[in-house]
Amino acid sequence: MSNAYRNNFLREVTANVEEGEWVKMCMQCGVCSGSCPLGPHWEHPPQEIFMMIRAGKREEVLKSNSMWYCTSCYNCIARCPRGLPITHIMHGLAHYAKRLGMVPQNQQTAKFAQKFWDNLTKKGRVNELTLGLSLYFMNGFGEGVKTSLKMQGVGLGMLKTQRMDPLEILGGHGCKDVAGLQAALKKARQIEEAKAVKV
Amino acid sequence: MAKQYSFYPGCSSQKKASSYNQLRSTQTICQELGIQLNEISDWNCCSASIGYCGGGELPRLVLSARNLALSEKEHPGQDLVATCAACWLATREAQERLEHDPQLKTEANEALKEAGLTFKGEKKVRHLVEVLIEDVGYDEIRKHVKKPLKGIKIAGYVGCQTNRPFGIVGESFENPVYLDKMIDAVGAEPITNYQKKVACCGGALMFSEPEKSQALVKDILEAAHDAGADMLVTPCPVCQMNTEVYQSFINKKYGTNFNMPSVYYSTIMSVAFGKTAKEAALDGQMIRAKQLEEVAAR
Ligand code: SF4
Ligand code: SF4
Repeated sequence: MSNAYRNNFLREVTANVEEGEWVKMCMQCGVCSGSCPLGPHWEHPPQEIFMMIRAGKREEVLKSNSMWYCTSCYNCIARCPRGLPITHIMHGLAHYAKRLGMVPQNQQTAKFAQKFWDNLTKKGRVNELTLGLSLYFMNGFGEGVKTSLKMQGVGLGMLKTQRMDPLEILGGHGCKDVAGLQAALKKARQIEEAKAVKV
Repeated sequence: MAKQYSFYPGCSSQKKASSYNQLRSTQTICQELGIQLNEISDWNCCSASIGYCGGGELPRLVLSARNLALSEKEHPGQDLVATCAACWLATREAQERLEHDPQLKTEANEALKEAGLTFKGEKKVRHLVEVLIEDVGYDEIRKHVKKPLKGIKIAGYVGCQTNRPFGIVGESFENPVYLDKMIDAVGAEPITNYQKKVACCGGALMFSEPEKSQALVKDILEAAHDAGADMLVTPCPVCQMNTEVYQSFINKKYGTNFNMPSVYYSTIMSVAFGKTAKEAALDGQMIRAKQLEEVAAR
């Protein structure tokens, strides 16, 4: 494999990150950074991330918690004067960091997002009950019991209003052609990985 | 004859899932208004803007492309309609991106071949709200109102994904007014200057960053309360859930006293159309909408 991108993070992002080719179009106006609902929690808001990519700060960007605070609100996309698909770039950076094993330890959204994906690809549809349970227990058994107790009111309320089904634990909803879906997803992943430029 | 649509209900609408009450009230209003929703038989999850950790760009696009391909096959000529904001957004995004990028489309189809399917790209992807506004119309909705919701003050909480990046046809990003018009059409009083109309509820991050997200919801409830609203109405299952079920946590943390119902547009329409509490799925409220229950019982 070539080492073509070793010293050029912008080119690496352009080649390997979803909608990464847009990063170079940013004019650093800061509108996106002022639009994030969880803005105060971003160590590096989107505008800064784009600047850091151009400055070659590979580790700092990919190991950052920042893009994991994106709520997918699409405020930035609606407002960016240069038309950057910022939301997708944030998702793309998060996914790329995950693929490279660079996600910070204990990143809660990364853990949840991974569980969501695992849950949906298992049967083709999300099983809210098993997803919820695995979520409450994702930080260990002790924490899980605490969270479950805290969330008991919500659970009982959902049960009473017919918005939760305890029988889902036995498997629950799913696609009929799970095998076909899984094969298609596997193929898609192969195509994507074959295209990625190794660094 | 009823108007025919290819319907993508999505995971949270399944029987006894978190927005099952939205599905129930939606079925009620569609029956009343002559809208027939034909369910895509073997639909899959859209990955709801949160699958990106495990799923790359192409796999996520393939999820929606599969639903579109099934819809093309089963319901030719019918628009694909979704009620969930995230389902609608993901499906429409996939449709447009695959249409604009022939290489992506080829790759998506290469993957779909594994499931014996082909995505042609011949579908229009619409939100049910668009069907109500464009194909039915406010005037027609008004004609079906048997019990106007007089005197009930409602904050129309539009949220994010029904509003951006696409938005409901003909509406602005910063101040969409379709919910206000729907509230008005059913005889209730819209809070037209509702400050947090298009604010974010935290979305899926309510699960991973609960305290930060609950702070956002607190502001959404506070603005509605301060403007004199009796309840919130929303088109989005995530907004509905986030604004309703965490109020006790918010009260505990912030010393507030919220007990504000949060319902779907399909809930208020069902009640105004003279349907029973059950048909309107009022039993699906964790914070009961007492004013609506009273109207339904009348
Ligand atoms: S709004 Fe657009 S142009 Fe402005 S800083 Fe953000 S990405 Fe760059
Ligand atoms: S979509 Fe993400 S990056 Fe854009 S404004 Fe919302 S939270 Fe920020």
